[in-house]
Amino acid sequence: MSEPSQASLRAEALESLLIEKGLLTEEDIDNTVATYNERIGPMNGARMVAKAWVDDAFRQKMLADGTAAVAEFGFEGGEVQKLVVVENTSQVHNMVVCTLCSCYPWAVLGLPPRWYKDPAYRSRSVREPRAVLAEFGVDLAPEIDIRVWDSSAEVRYMVLPLRPEGLDNATEEELTQIVTRDSMIGVARL
Amino acid sequence: MDGIHDLGGKQGFGRVEREENEPVFHDRWEASMYTISMALRRAAKVQNTDQFRHAIERIDPVAYLTHGYYGRWLGGMEALLVEGGEISTEELTERALSLGADPAALIAARPDPTFGTIAPESSPDAQRTLPDPGRFTVGQSVTTHGTPSGGHTRLPAYARGHRGTIVAMHGGWLLPDANAHGLGERPEHLYTVEFSGEELWGSAAEAGLKICVDLFESYLEAANE
Repeated sequence: MSEPSQASLRAEALESLLIEKGLLTEEDIDNTVATYNERIGPMNGARMVAKAWVDDAFRQKMLADGTAAVAEFGFEGGEVQKLVVVENTSQVHNMVVCTLCSCYPWAVLGLPPRWYKDPAYRSRSVREPRAVLAEFGVDLAPEIDIRVWDSSAEVRYMVLPLRPEGLDNATEEELTQIVTRDSMIGVARL
Repeated sequence: MDGIHDLGGKQGFGRVEREENEPVFHDRWEASMYTISMALRRAAKVQNTDQFRHAIERIDPVAYLTHGYYGRWLGGMEALLVEGGEISTEELTERALSLGADPAALIAARPDPTFGTIAPESSPDAQRTLPDPGRFTVGQSVTTHGTPSGGHTRLPAYARGHRGTIVAMHGGWLLPDANAHGLGERPEHLYTVEFSGEELWGSAAEAGLKICVDLFESYLEAANE
């Protein structure tokens, strides 16, 4: 594909001009890479989900005021103006999208994967989410309703997945390890 | 604006293509675009999120679909920097050519000289306390207005002219339709409106589908009972 490499050359042009103007340094770019590889990512959301599974008071707080629940963890770069956590149940499955751009809860899930930002997911998830879920390998029983959250303003959404059965003795730390990014976007069940 | 960005419900894009073990950034230039966007915010060269989103909506529609997410950011930032007088189109093009860019390649940015520089927000937080409780309440039926907006808006086309129910209230937030154009903050109440699949997609809708969209008060009218 020639287009992405043309975009990358223009990106390099912009980067070099801004470095010359003193608006950017190479170190700033290194810091971005390190921050999103090491410190801000779906591991943050996973910690919240695992805590909600073992601590019902926290679960209720997280569902009532997601922003306050995030604040308790003090994640670095945890800037989220308003977070709403939506809970999957045996009757309802939740799924998050941004059809107009690619809004995503960076503070708790990091930066979004490509598919989340691509036209196929953004166009189809509000119209045929059940078909999209099937492509992700989620065959939802027909009696389970689907609620799709289109992040069209500054509110950010995260899904609280159902706790898998058979993990009664798992510790919070062990539960954290099984929570996936996709389950918190709502395109996977655990 | 009725741009290519307003993708909800559009058909023909095919399967959702996923990548196993996808890296956070595929190339260093993607991280560079992220870093530049933050640096421009700090240096007050890009003044607000709505302005930036609208600049992305104004890039070439073919580039929008083919240059990827960070390619869209690139096009948006180029446009804003040119409009704000920080960098000229000639400077950008000359530098890109010197780095080996193809002179015939598609350029995403579409700077519009009528835009110019926009005054900064008084706070990076888009929430504002409003004196009134809001025109609508949870449980109320509303209809969205059906008229396209020529400028920036956060009412997706697929949700225009439809009836839904208020399911949550989020207090006051800057109105993107005004803020993106430097017309002031004009904060309004923000609501989550739930639509049924049938309301939006007719009898072909998937069963048991609800779509929730966050909409500003001026997008809504009380529905006739």
